[in-house]
Amino acid sequence: MTPLMRILDRGSVIFLAVLAAATILIPLLNLALPETSLFHVPTYLVALFGKYVCYAILALSIDLIWGYVGILSLGHGAFFALGGYAMGMYLMRQIGTRGVYANPILPDFMVFLNWPELPVFWYGFQHLPYALLMVVLVPGALAFVFGWFAFRSRVTGVYLSIITQALTFALLLGFFRNDFGFGGNNGLTDFKDILGFNVQAQSTRASLFALSCIALAIGFLICRALVTSKFGKMLVAIRDAEPRTRFLGYRAESYKVFVFTLSACMAGVAGALYVPQVGIINPSEFSPANSIEAVIWVAVGGRGTLIGAVIGAILVNYAKTTFTSGPLAPYWLFMLGGLFVAVTLLLPRGVVGTWQWWTQKRRALAAAKTPAAPPTTQAAE
Amino acid sequence: MFYTGAAPNQQAIPAVDYLMKDEKVKRWVLAGTDYVYPRTTNKILEAYLKSKGVAQEDIMINYTPFGHADWQTIVADIKKFGSAGKKTAVVSTINGDANVPFYKELGNQGVKAKDIPVVAFSVGEEELAGIDTKPLLGHLAAWNYFQSIKNAKNAEFIKNWQAYTKNAKRVTNDPMEAHVIGFQMWVKAVEKVKSTDPDKVIDALPGIEAPNLTGGTSKMLPNHHITKPVFIGEVKADGQFNVVWKTPGLVPGDAWSKELEGSKDLVGDWVTKKCGNFNTKTNKCGGA
Amino acid sequence: MRALPDRLVALLFALAIALTAPAFAQPAPAADPPAAAEPAAPALTGLAGALAHFLEDDFAETDTGIGEVAATADPRAATIIEALQDGRLSFSAEEKKVFYKDASGNLIDALSGAPVAAEPADLSDVRLNNRVRRALDAAIGGLSLQAREPAKRLQSAEAVFKSREGSVLPALDAAIAKETDAKIKQAMVEARAAVIINSEDASEVDKLTAIGVVRARGDQEALNLLAGLPAGSPASVQRAARDAVASMQSKLAAWATVQNAWYGLSLGSVLLLAAIGLAITFGVMGVINMAHGEMVMIGAYVTFMVQEYIRTSSPALFDYSLLIAVPIAFVVAGLIGILIEQSVIRFLYGRPLETLLATWGISLILQQAVRTAFGPTNREVGAPSWMSGTFSVGQINITYGRLWIILFTMAVFVGLLGLLRFTRMGLEMRAVTQNRSMAASMGIRTARVDALTFGLGSGIAGIAGVALSQIDNVSPNLGQGYIIDSFLVVVFGGVGNLWGTLVAALTLGIANKFLEPFAGAVLAKIAILVFIILFIQKRPRGLFALKGRAVEA
Repeated sequence: MTPLMRILDRGSVIFLAVLAAATILIPLLNLALPETSLFHVPTYLVALFGKYVCYAILALSIDLIWGYVGILSLGHGAFFALGGYAMGMYLMRQIGTRGVYANPILPDFMVFLNWPELPVFWYGFQHLPYALLMVVLVPGALAFVFGWFAFRSRVTGVYLSIITQALTFALLLGFFRNDFGFGGNNGLTDFKDILGFNVQAQSTRASLFALSCIALAIGFLICRALVTSKFGKMLVAIRDAEPRTRFLGYRAESYKVFVFTLSACMAGVAGALYVPQVGIINPSEFSPANSIEAVIWVAVGGRGTLIGAVIGAILVNYAKTTFTSGPLAPYWLFMLGGLFVAVTLLLPRGVVGTWQWWTQKRRALAAAKTPAAPPTTQAAE
Repeated sequence: MFYTGAAPNQQAIPAVDYLMKDEKVKRWVLAGTDYVYPRTTNKILEAYLKSKGVAQEDIMINYTPFGHADWQTIVADIKKFGSAGKKTAVVSTINGDANVPFYKELGNQGVKAKDIPVVAFSVGEEELAGIDTKPLLGHLAAWNYFQSIKNAKNAEFIKNWQAYTKNAKRVTNDPMEAHVIGFQMWVKAVEKVKSTDPDKVIDALPGIEAPNLTGGTSKMLPNHHITKPVFIGEVKADGQFNVVWKTPGLVPGDAWSKELEGSKDLVGDWVTKKCGNFNTKTNKCGGA
Repeated sequence: MRALPDRLVALLFALAIALTAPAFAQPAPAADPPAAAEPAAPALTGLAGALAHFLEDDFAETDTGIGEVAATADPRAATIIEALQDGRLSFSAEEKKVFYKDASGNLIDALSGAPVAAEPADLSDVRLNNRVRRALDAAIGGLSLQAREPAKRLQSAEAVFKSREGSVLPALDAAIAKETDAKIKQAMVEARAAVIINSEDASEVDKLTAIGVVRARGDQEALNLLAGLPAGSPASVQRAARDAVASMQSKLAAWATVQNAWYGLSLGSVLLLAAIGLAITFGVMGVINMAHGEMVMIGAYVTFMVQEYIRTSSPALFDYSLLIAVPIAFVVAGLIGILIEQSVIRFLYGRPLETLLATWGISLILQQAVRTAFGPTNREVGAPSWMSGTFSVGQINITYGRLWIILFTMAVFVGLLGLLRFTRMGLEMRAVTQNRSMAASMGIRTARVDALTFGLGSGIAGIAGVALSQIDNVSPNLGQGYIIDSFLVVVFGGVGNLWGTLVAALTLGIANKFLEPFAGAVLAKIAILVFIILFIQKRPRGLFALKGRAVEA
């Protein structure tokens, strides 16, 4: 098996093909067809799908650490939001004199707060490359420092979950403060353009959607490459028996720190793509409830399946959009709550996981019935 | 966009005037939740108070997060600030849920309205429905409407509302009145242009008049604010307000505060100038 | 438009100045006293003249009326003032008469004292505002200094201390001479000092002595008095006052530390109350119950329902409502807890992360259920009379509500310790905590212990809700505000150790309150969170960790 074949199993190929089709078709159906056409995709749907794709990237990053290393982070929303804020800061600086107060340097909220000059941590964000660097660097650095301390002192299981939740809660409180310099509860909004293109424009939205899909594909490939390699086997070993792995001489904490950091960087990218598409980033993105909700997307799709995380994110969010806008809105929390209970009790493998398990079992049964099958295969099952 | 709610000059400034003149308040605590509305109001009030000769050390500004629950320290600070030999009042722009523990703590620590009155801009009948109001007797609120205002129109509205909610204890409040006025104005504008096309209705709205529930007639102004009376009410033991002061007429809402350096030359005029931030000094649209 | 209210207010202002002018002997500023005094023009004298002010339905007039009624020294004055304070005074503008309702609800003509048969058509209440209430306090202060009830005399002395009304000085002197109760006498002497300091014609020596008296009192009221010395006081008096203020401020600052510790203790006890149930479920069963906060919320709603029921059926029992609510909340929350354990958690043992997600789902369902049943807005939970009010120890204020919550928390804590140490169930619970499989092989029905433990933890959360209903919003979101804090307390203290939870809760509460004056509420909270995150890195099992092999499992 060549490495490429190992990464691209049949499911992955199908997934990437569907993703590629969506990347090309949805913008095309939006831009090329007239609004009257039956197949026209309205712009608001493009933005909505773009949002789902960003959530899918976040779900992928959670699946990587939860599904393969067994780290349940209840603070991944924080990395997502930090990436979003980094992008939001770039977009704020692009507004320039078009703000209400028409200050060429200071964003409106700083003028409002009577700040005399731009705080140091806002320097450089007018350049997109710098902002993009920060999108990856800030969540990555926080995750590295956090993971470095936590994994070396062997904080595991629920303890880790609780302190990740405390982390995002602390950030939530901080970003709500106007004095913190990120726009308080309003956050960053009223964006005008990105690289000179109007963020509201139909073509910009379509491009952002396509970009998000490409980012999802790249993220997926990185994860696949990682989990199918020897490194990936190490991760699963750590998940299933960390002390034993350590006794065998592997530095489990280094593996964990690396994957945790990578996962945070991915979440940051997801946040950065999310912000220009929804047009706002505010502190509520840090709320612990958001992070837990993202975990349930992965659980619904199936942890440790990657594709499942993507499917789960899209399914749950599609359901959320459908129900919260209809007459059933008051019951959405019942459904979401019920989903948490039902998935953990009845479908612990998730949708994709269950399907994989079922097909594998069927294949094994078929193999057992076929007399030609060599007996060693059965032993291996 | 049209504003049927209160502009700062229809709520905050009259309230401060009342406290300054009737209660002889010399020292001010501006306590608010950390978001835009309290910060705007407090900025305007700070400028206004200073223009009335209040010194910086007689103004204390405090911001707390949404849903702040433990008010022990802050209420103690207010008491301390209020013991400098000058009549002190609290102007509260504390939002929503944080109010209940705030007022409970005021009651617990014995901060009486007679000593340090608290005037609030976001506490109305609906909010008081969740608090035991006996310890709060005499604390104030400034609104453009109170359920306790007696006239036939209001009595009918309260009756209808309680019948609609099937709850004889259900209270009415200022934002509800604002919607009543806004909806009537919209209906009249639609009748005038015989169309529900938003652009036509927008052009027709300025100048439209509609009766409010306090016995007057509110008018939509060219800056898309409306004229409203201002009432100061004291909390009664039954959770209603006792109107202790009101403006003799209706106050037109200012889109831009006259108290702030950056906005005092600005006016909103969507009728002749077609501009939300027209500068009267430079005669240009577009702020500064 | 603006000119009219301004002029009106200026008129009222001038009126107030003009009428208080004799006391201060200051020339009234640009106003026209005769015009302002016009409403009282008819030549009525004595009580009748004073009562005429109440007919105007104007706060400034009412204020004046109170002063004049009090000054008549008429035997009817006290009755009228008290009626006004209780909102029993009314007037008829047409008949130009003032009435009050007596204890049995009969309408009495205030001037003649005769009962009125037919209620006048335009009868309306004399309205009060803060200014009128202050005037009332001052008037009562002068009138009831020699009342029979000691509490009333003390109240009067305090009222005079605040009003500093010069005219009551003779009454005050007479009262001091007769007073036998040392505490009330002290209050009267202090009130007298307050009057002297603010009086124009007291001698410098008297004023200096008075400052000494007020300085000895040393509280915020005294500080307020000395800081607000009237302009024109002699230089020596001003100096003495400044010295007194400085020394009082430094003493108060020292007291502030004690006060902060008290606030911290109070916050810590709230944290402990919220976390203690969690310490049991997490400690014994290793179950992360994210729906714990909702059990607290249910307890608060039980309190609400108990109070609603008592209000409608037997209002006399209102003071006992919380005591009644405690067992009900325990049982309701406990039963819901057992239900959750039996229907969901039972199937997830050994999978703590899944339990966490499932219980989070349950918490969403419970929140939404309560929102559907009771609505999203806050519900009113009243404080019984024994939980309202404050008292002082030295210069710190202790509110009864907070004190009871601390005592209640301690009682729950001790009760729980006793339960764990002295009962069969406690023994079994401890056995399961230490070594589940060994306990099972010794014949302990661990499944039953688990269900009961979960019920106990939930029940304690429920009674925490009864206490928290006194200080927080009773709304569907109540529990959300406590869940993260509770978990941090348990983790910080060390899982499976109640003493650890106690120490952790109090430490965090006190640390928070000492940080708050410097950093503000939010930064203090963030600092605490960051501290715990770092602390867990250093000691992953908390302050007081269980030792042994069971811990790794």
